[in-house]
Amino acid sequence: MLAYVIPLCLMIIGVALVLTMARLIIGPDLPDRILALDTLYINAIAMLVLLGIWLGSDLYFEAALLIAVMGFIGTVAVAKYLLRGDIIE
Amino acid sequence: MDTWIEALVALFLLIGSLFALIGAIGLYRLPDFFMRLHGPTKASTLGVGGMVIASLIYFSFRGEGVSLHELLITLFLFITAPVSAHMLAKAALQQKLRISEQTRGKPWEQ
Amino acid sequence: MKARRWLPHPLLSVCLLLVWLLLMNDLSLGHWLLGALLGWAIPLLTQVFWINPPRVHKPFKLCLFLLRILGDIITANLQVAKLILGSTAKLRPAFVEIPMLLEDELALTMLTSIISLTPGTVSADLSDDRKMLLVHGLDVPDPDALVAEIKQRYEAPLLEVFTCSPT
Repeated sequence: MLAYVIPLCLMIIGVALVLTMARLIIGPDLPDRILALDTLYINAIAMLVLLGIWLGSDLYFEAALLIAVMGFIGTVAVAKYLLRGDIIE
Repeated sequence: MDTWIEALVALFLLIGSLFALIGAIGLYRLPDFFMRLHGPTKASTLGVGGMVIASLIYFSFRGEGVSLHELLITLFLFITAPVSAHMLAKAALQQKLRISEQTRGKPWEQ
Repeated sequence: MKARRWLPHPLLSVCLLLVWLLLMNDLSLGHWLLGALLGWAIPLLTQVFWINPPRVHKPFKLCLFLLRILGDIITANLQVAKLILGSTAKLRPAFVEIPMLLEDELALTMLTSIISLTPGTVSADLSDDRKMLLVHGLDVPDPDALVAEIKQRYEAPLLEVFTCSPT
């Protein structure tokens, strides 16, 4: 059963990624684009976990955790840059 | 692997990916920034949560002992998603983004 | 007060130990020892940066509260999903101001996070004197009812669980 469900789920997440990319391109403002990038990394985590199940490998967990950490730091840094014009005061 | 376990994994995977899709749809079609903020902070986070639960069940029943470390991802996302949403909302308020006319109430002057 | 000096945050130490075990995905004795060492050393080394942590009055009640939040998050997501997929012209978004009774920093952070994760609301801004919270709701038929619900459902339990030490 999983052999059919996992490609289907990959497809659904792929559609989600395309929609997010569309928002990233049309904007219209900077915070919209940051929000799109934020959603993009969260969906990338979902995709990695899915790939880990498909290939039966535990290794993808580390990659997903790293993306979660770096993505959060990146979002906060860019939001803070918008807010104050500086990241580290 | 048991058919029931497999069905449970498939169910959680489907729920997770559908929530992720709903979050992205919300991001794409809602009219102004503050409304768009709602989709990713809630739906996408829960989407990853569903995926992670599926992965947890899958790896725990593979016969190599319990595997709980995927929980860390969900935990981390649930802690960080509201923080980044708050920062983005603050930045958007400061930039005085356009707010849709249906909105009642006014944000503060920054 | 000697015990407090050598083990400043017992709860944090336990959390660090648990996170280490989860991260390693291995329950052997070596990892228990290493996790215990990290859980002891990290709070000691970072002690200077911690602003007086609030005292948890009723840990059991806090656990129950967190479980209820988890349930709320799931129902919230179903609601938001329905709103997103429905007609966008019918949505009634609103900015709502909520007066805050909580004073403690950790409790405030928890409340704002919970508001962001539950039904159709995102906390947008906190006033400088920490007395007012600005919340954006996706579909708010009645702002006063929303304020009352948040105060009664989420703020009251938090007030009960944490003693409010003035910061």
